[in-house]
Amino acid sequence: MAKTLTIALAGNPNVGKTAIFNNLTGARQHVANWPGVTVAKKEGTIAFGGYEITIVDLPGTYSLSPYSLEEIVARNFLVDEAPDVVINVVDAANLERNLYLSAQIIDLGAKVVLALNMVDTAASQGIKIDQERLAQLWGVPVVATVGNRSHGMEELLAAAVRVAEERDPISRHIHIDYGPDVEPALRQIEDLLRGDAPLADGHYPRWLATKLLEKDPDALSRLEAHPRRQAVACRVQEAQRRLEKTVGEDAAVLIAERRYGFLGGTIREVQRQELAQRLALSEKLDVVLTHQILGFPVFLFFMWLLFQMTFTLGEAPKDLIESGVELLKGGVQGWLPASLLRDLLTEGIISGVGSVLVFLPQIMLLFLGIAFLDDTGYMARVAFIMDRIMHTLGLHGKSFIPMLMGFGCSVPAIMATRGLGSQRDRVLTMLLIPLMSCSARLPVYVLFAGVFFPRHAGQVIFGLYLLGIVMSVLLGMVFNRFLMRGQEEPFVMELPPYRLPTWRSVVVHMWDKAVMYLKRMATVILAAAVIIWFLGAFPRDASLSEAFARQQAALSATFAAREAALAADHGASAALAELKEEKIAVLGELQRQEKAALMQQTYIGRLGRFVEPVLAPLGFDWRMSVSLITGFVAKEVVVSTLGVLYETGDTPETATESLPQALQASGLTPAAALAFLVFTLLYTPCVATLVTLWRESGTTRWLLFSVTYQLSLAWGAAFITLKLGRLLPGISG
Amino acid sequence: MPIRALSDLKPGEAGVVARVLGDGPFRQRLLEMGLTRGARVEVEKTAPLRDPIEYLLKGYHVSLRKREAALILLQDEEGD
Repeated sequence: MAKTLTIALAGNPNVGKTAIFNNLTGARQHVANWPGVTVAKKEGTIAFGGYEITIVDLPGTYSLSPYSLEEIVARNFLVDEAPDVVINVVDAANLERNLYLSAQIIDLGAKVVLALNMVDTAASQGIKIDQERLAQLWGVPVVATVGNRSHGMEELLAAAVRVAEERDPISRHIHIDYGPDVEPALRQIEDLLRGDAPLADGHYPRWLATKLLEKDPDALSRLEAHPRRQAVACRVQEAQRRLEKTVGEDAAVLIAERRYGFLGGTIREVQRQELAQRLALSEKLDVVLTHQILGFPVFLFFMWLLFQMTFTLGEAPKDLIESGVELLKGGVQGWLPASLLRDLLTEGIISGVGSVLVFLPQIMLLFLGIAFLDDTGYMARVAFIMDRIMHTLGLHGKSFIPMLMGFGCSVPAIMATRGLGSQRDRVLTMLLIPLMSCSARLPVYVLFAGVFFPRHAGQVIFGLYLLGIVMSVLLGMVFNRFLMRGQEEPFVMELPPYRLPTWRSVVVHMWDKAVMYLKRMATVILAAAVIIWFLGAFPRDASLSEAFARQQAALSATFAAREAALAADHGASAALAELKEEKIAVLGELQRQEKAALMQQTYIGRLGRFVEPVLAPLGFDWRMSVSLITGFVAKEVVVSTLGVLYETGDTPETATESLPQALQASGLTPAAALAFLVFTLLYTPCVATLVTLWRESGTTRWLLFSVTYQLSLAWGAAFITLKLGRLLPGISG
Repeated sequence: MPIRALSDLKPGEAGVVARVLGDGPFRQRLLEMGLTRGARVEVEKTAPLRDPIEYLLKGYHVSLRKREAALILLQDEEGD
């Protein structure tokens, strides 16, 4: 068996760490979540130098303070899993700030290899780094790499193996000197910690002592099992008090300053910048892209382009999947005899999963575009120019893109909240995304607005989109004030230089999202589709079907007799044709009656009847109630259910032709129709969205909250719409 | 002369950090990003809606909201 090694890849965001990970692992990588949190964990295993090496890509972080999910994950892995080697990727063009994380990793006592990445970009800016001197000063091997051209990968792995085998000539552990005020205190705490056997190995005590002095909340919890917990805590407090008194600063500030002092010294020793060439192109681009006046229009243009691309290019594969689903359904229908199993397969599983699967091409394209823009560095500028607006809802500028994606489909939009820094921002954004009117709601708007407001259909639909946005602003402010008070993140965001992304990293990014989407469909959404099918198919009333079958047989017999009578009379071919038409119409009518009757007595039909009293004050009849319940599968299903219940058939043709007439004839008032549209906009999103929200928020709490608030909001808003609508006689326009 | 904060600077102006107010994670984050005593910070530009503001620090670009920049006090110009 080969010897094994674990290598962790650590580094700041935007340093090309992912490109290096992709180069090292190739296709042998997989994504999962870190245990207990929805942060992606990427891992790959390769063979190198007689070892089986597992490479773990840690989330990109600026530091190892336990404040964001990413930082906690990265830090816990480094401390608790103790990887054999840490490859720390740093941006050669931005060495000083990047080395801050390196200093923290070294403090942890980890064995480190420094990957000096993007040396080409640094060189083009006139930055020269003395690698050997850096390696000597820090006691770590330094390897120059160009991640997006795969330069230096072999050397990186070779250095990692050397360090792991402890035969690297340079590798040694250095202590960063935290100065005459902090060091004595550190040593005292360290001695106390060392007295305890489990803690006594490695450099861990020094790290823990540093963290305790910095008032790190996570470090305190690590002390819990320590026998000298009390003594240590006392000593720490005493040291903190003394520092405050003598230096007038707390330890966190002193340590950060000393660290940056050490980094500044390092930079002076190893870095030469010939002439201060700034990133000319990058800054010129920024003049336009974040321009006071041009910034917004340019941004809107890019977003328009992104959505156009997504929906036009995605149309063909979407149709392909749609016909594939139909083909499969037809195939199964022909292959299996009529049975419950066949219905389960075709109506439940294939239709249910198919209705979500059709969005896959567009979701992939959307993620492709977003990954591209993200890798160029433009997304940070979007957050920059949108932050002022998003901040009024208590959100970070970065929340804007997920919210915008919500107009396409809530599922990828919620998936995109992973890019946000804090859990609080993620949850708040997820709760608001369903208020952005997704594309599946449009068919419902088109139908009702077309029937009841033929002259103002456009305004009504636009008004609904606007209402969703207004609601998200109001609720964002309410949630921010009452639900998540006082946890807002500071907006300290790097604006990285613009770069041309590599296709590989963009495609890998898109692929990860697609896999995530597919996995979810193969599990939870499949289960949901089966349950909803069951509710729509049971209980089966055999006597009802039989009664209809008998009626059909009787009608067929009558027609057959009339046909025979006419056929005897040779001159009546026109009458015969007429009779055939009549037969089709009568039998079709019967079939539609049967469908409606069957649906009424299923669980979903009963549920619709059951909730009817609740929805009656909104002016909805039982058919509308049932259709809203089936809309839980996907909102466009509201239209086809109405087709069934108004006995006009459920195909798209009848929905556009006879359903409007049926609705008009139903006696529904325009005010109630408007209330119905408002309800459709605001009520619980589809099952796929809820599943995604549940998975991504990590708790059922937010799922339940989301369902409750949206149902109450929808009811309230629809009720107000109805009352106001009745006051306006002109509404029927 | 009143104490100036980073938020008082106009685009093109620069200052040297004297002290970061505030506490907890927020302050820690600012320190980690390099806003320590003695660090030179230049104002690059403001966002179209005047907030947040882009700064140049240690050779990289970082944005801060005005309210946050107000917590970063600068050294007197004489002491530069």
